[in-house]
Amino acid sequence: MSAQPHGHAGHHDHGPAGHGHDNHHDDHGHDGAAHGTLKGYVTGFVLAVILTAIPFWLVMGEVFASPRVTAALVMAFAVVQIVVHMIYFLHMNGKSEGGWIMLALIFTLIIVVITIAGSLWVMYHLDTNMMPMAPHDMRNMP
Amino acid sequence: MSPNPDQMSFVFGRLSLDSLPLHEPILVITFIAVALGGLAAMGALTYFRLWGPLWRDWLTTVDHKRIGIMYVILALIMLLRGFSDALMMRAQQAIAFGGAEGYLPPHHYDQIFTAHGVIMIFFFAMPLVTGLMNFVVPLQIGARDVAFPFLNNFSFWMTAAGAAIVMMSLFVGEFAQTGWLAYPPLSGSAYSPGVGVDYYIWALQIAGVGTLLSGVNLVATIVKMRAPGLTMMKLPVFTWTSLCTNVLIVAAFPVLTAVLVLLSLDRYVGTNFFTNDFGGNPMMYVNLIWIWGHPEVYILILPAFGIFSEVVSTFCSKRLFGYTSMVYATVVITILSYIVWLHHFFTMGSGASVNSFFGITTMIISIPTGAKIFNWLFTMYRGRIRFEVPMLWTIGFMITFVIGGMTGVLLAVPPADFQLHNSLFLIAHFHNVIIGGVVFGLLAGITYWFPKAFGFKLDPFWGKVSFWCWLIGFYLAFMPLYVLGLMGVTRRISRFEDPSLQIWFVIAAIGAVLIAVGIGAFLLQIVVSFLRRDKLRDLTGDPWGGRTLEWATSSPPPDYNFAFTPIIHSHDAWWDMKGRGHVRPVSGFHAIHMPKNTGAGVILAGLSVGFAIGMIWYMWWLAVLSFAAIVIYSIAHTFNNDRDFYIPAEEVVATEDRRTRLLSAAE
Repeated sequence: MSAQPHGHAGHHDHGPAGHGHDNHHDDHGHDGAAHGTLKGYVTGFVLAVILTAIPFWLVMGEVFASPRVTAALVMAFAVVQIVVHMIYFLHMNGKSEGGWIMLALIFTLIIVVITIAGSLWVMYHLDTNMMPMAPHDMRNMP
Repeated sequence: MSPNPDQMSFVFGRLSLDSLPLHEPILVITFIAVALGGLAAMGALTYFRLWGPLWRDWLTTVDHKRIGIMYVILALIMLLRGFSDALMMRAQQAIAFGGAEGYLPPHHYDQIFTAHGVIMIFFFAMPLVTGLMNFVVPLQIGARDVAFPFLNNFSFWMTAAGAAIVMMSLFVGEFAQTGWLAYPPLSGSAYSPGVGVDYYIWALQIAGVGTLLSGVNLVATIVKMRAPGLTMMKLPVFTWTSLCTNVLIVAAFPVLTAVLVLLSLDRYVGTNFFTNDFGGNPMMYVNLIWIWGHPEVYILILPAFGIFSEVVSTFCSKRLFGYTSMVYATVVITILSYIVWLHHFFTMGSGASVNSFFGITTMIISIPTGAKIFNWLFTMYRGRIRFEVPMLWTIGFMITFVIGGMTGVLLAVPPADFQLHNSLFLIAHFHNVIIGGVVFGLLAGITYWFPKAFGFKLDPFWGKVSFWCWLIGFYLAFMPLYVLGLMGVTRRISRFEDPSLQIWFVIAAIGAVLIAVGIGAFLLQIVVSFLRRDKLRDLTGDPWGGRTLEWATSSPPPDYNFAFTPIIHSHDAWWDMKGRGHVRPVSGFHAIHMPKNTGAGVILAGLSVGFAIGMIWYMWWLAVLSFAAIVIYSIAHTFNNDRDFYIPAEEVVATEDRRTRLLSAAE
């Protein structure tokens, strides 16, 4: 859903505390959020295209014999791509929004790492211990 | 059947007259009662000409206070439904012994225990928590509303739409018979081909949109809209726990959404994520859903901890002992709640290394929780404790929750869990912490903030009756389940062979009836208080000798909460203001910029119900049309720029003058 432009109504009569995101006002930038330039967007776009084209080529051109290597590289490029988007399109840096963005990013990373690493660990054990049979045996179980 | 089955199935999908449970007298009678009640309510609204005010002042409101109240009302209605399910289960288990069949066929019994769990967690506890946070947090931080007022209204209506879908399943079709988390393969299309699991999926998906967006909204509110001077380490503890809860919501609920999407794909388009063969693995569902499910437990309990913190320091007239440690304990719990999920399925077979890791992390999480208990105890120590009703709930909580916490640590030991997994011991444990922690906390919170919301206190006599019935009823209802669980009785069983077990189930049923009396007393308390509201009136806005900012404004607060944004110097801001001889400003008021009400939330939620019905019953035309309407209406709504207005200065002056007169009358 669209964000409401009037969230700051409560603080309208308070200069520094009111975080004007309202496009009709020119009090933009009080909150320290960075804003993009054309150069930034173009750099980001070019990087994004390159980072998309390389994995595409790796897969379509069958550059490596092992699909595992290809998959790992594609994942690595995806991670770099995320960083490019965050810097050039979402204008994130260590200081934006008074450090809250960085804090939220660190928290997100912790949760994502816990979820993925934990699931891989848990599912590896479960699969080894509990799924010893081939699907064929499963289907013919009594 | 119909003359032209093709056309019928195009229009009605799977829905036919056979879907109506006409053969189940319990449901028919319930439906008649609900229909008559609904007609009576609509008649009364028409007779008193309340449709207009209901629509303008409540259904379309963007005022966080009114939305908070609507959440609480929704939660209380759903409590009645969820608790009826509990009573039916207790009655069935108390009589179905030896050869006796009881009165519920297994098909119906299985729906009841599923509906009980789903409703109590998603449609009672969650809306009540969200409702209290919505009402209290902006007042505690000195804001005029939440960060995104329309989004708040939309979130509420999506939650209500989810609740409506669950209620619909009672009378049209059936509900899931899978248990509240709908584990595959049982919940897959092979074993649950009916509409039950689809009702479950769409009710949770639609309510989940509301929960997630309200989480985003409250995080933004707390981070961005604090009054000047209100730094993070001066925040009231309830606001702190609300912040952590909403961070958990934002991080955890997408996992639930994703896992339910995967289950839907399995059911609707025949993928094999969670099937037994073709490379599927149902254990992955269990793993993923508990990555959401364990943080969910803390989403519920953290706000309750916040409420107890506010109540203890108010009714002991002392600053909360160990404020800083309380904040750090809350944050530590927030993080730790993400690394314990496997303790819900120790027995699935991960092996010793995985089980011992998660067993130990589970035991570690009891440390910050224990620290909180000691903080509350030390706050009470040498305080002047006033045993008002919220304080009674708090003391009941501290005793009950510690017992529940200890059985929890017991279950955290993997070898013990292998004995107790899926037994009634587990049922007793989580009801012990959820009733003793979450429910007691929410009831304390309702009693504590009721005068702020409505301008009069709740009648203490009926509050005490309710408290004692809940407390004694809880112990009678769940201590027998601990005993039965230790004897190896498993959960979700509708009839038993061994007659020696019956006495325990009878005691548990008596306990459930006593809790029912407690709920009745609570509702009666609201009615009695309304009738005696002139005697219970709160003129000052500060009926309890409060400490935090919400008590600085009038009861009920004006639409704009604070005529001037307060400036904060210390924590327990209102206590500090009172101590420094704060004088309320009586002149110099300005016009106040406010968001405007909108019907968009109601309309979008209504369209979502249409979409869900289409998906559940395979009425594809309805699903496609509703979905298209949702997208088009959402886009159209973004072009509506008529969203704000000013409360004129004269009106602010009139409101504040009225308060000045009330305050001088109170002295």
